[in-house]
Amino acid sequence: MGGLVIELIVAAALLALGFGVGSAREARHYHSIRRREAELEWLPVMSTPLDGDGEPPPRTALVGGSVVISVDYFKRFLAAIRMLIGGRVGAYESLVDRARREALLRMRAQARDLGATSVMNVRMETASISKGGRGRVGSVEVVAYGTAVIPQSVASVRSAG
Amino acid sequence: MILSTLDYVPGHTVVGHLGIVQGSTVRAKHIGRDILASLKNIVGGELRAYTELLSEAREEAIARMRQQAEAAGANAVLNVRFATSSVAQGAAELLAYGTAVRVE
Repeated sequence: MGGLVIELIVAAALLALGFGVGSAREARHYHSIRRREAELEWLPVMSTPLDGDGEPPPRTALVGGSVVISVDYFKRFLAAIRMLIGGRVGAYESLVDRARREALLRMRAQARDLGATSVMNVRMETASISKGGRGRVGSVEVVAYGTAVIPQSVASVRSAG
Repeated sequence: MILSTLDYVPGHTVVGHLGIVQGSTVRAKHIGRDILASLKNIVGGELRAYTELLSEAREEAIARMRQQAEAAGANAVLNVRFATSSVAQGAAELLAYGTAVRVE
């Protein structure tokens, strides 16, 4: 009986910790994502190939960004309940949204550092290293990659410098 | 060596097609990282150790693909794609593949 009470207390404490700290961390992460997205707004990202070559033709480089994000204990609990009744799992929707946007931002930051003006033919891929195993669901791994287009003027200045 | 997700290189023409090249690596996470990650699972957020593991593995896959392309005499790899597959629980294969070509 005593053991059960202790287990309930531990579970409640983990839920409270997950809810408190997890929500604060998510809010902070979203804040940071929005700020960096605003900073990188001028750098367009497209999932289509480059149209037209331009004169002189630009230099290109492979760029990519990746991130692994985990959901908190409270949200995992919510999701478990949701899986009993089916429907939209909001707890995981925000998780994958954060991961995709973060991966894209890292890719764009890498492109910006190369002096690129856009990133073409962007692909996204959900990777898995930590997947598999019971009770291990709840983290998502996203890789975003594409081709950075660097105008010849920038490219030649960089190689000269 | 030009690597690109596009199917051509701006300002260049493809003069030779050398087939598909690929590079892959199988990685497992180690137990220390796993313990830290399970603590992180309580509060949520980025699992930095895994992010690093993933990007190291991707670099490795790209390097191997590049070697293969060089061995084939290519100077560019076009239409590069990445894929992952679970080989076993806790281990994953990261694969990079593309078309090796000669451009001028």
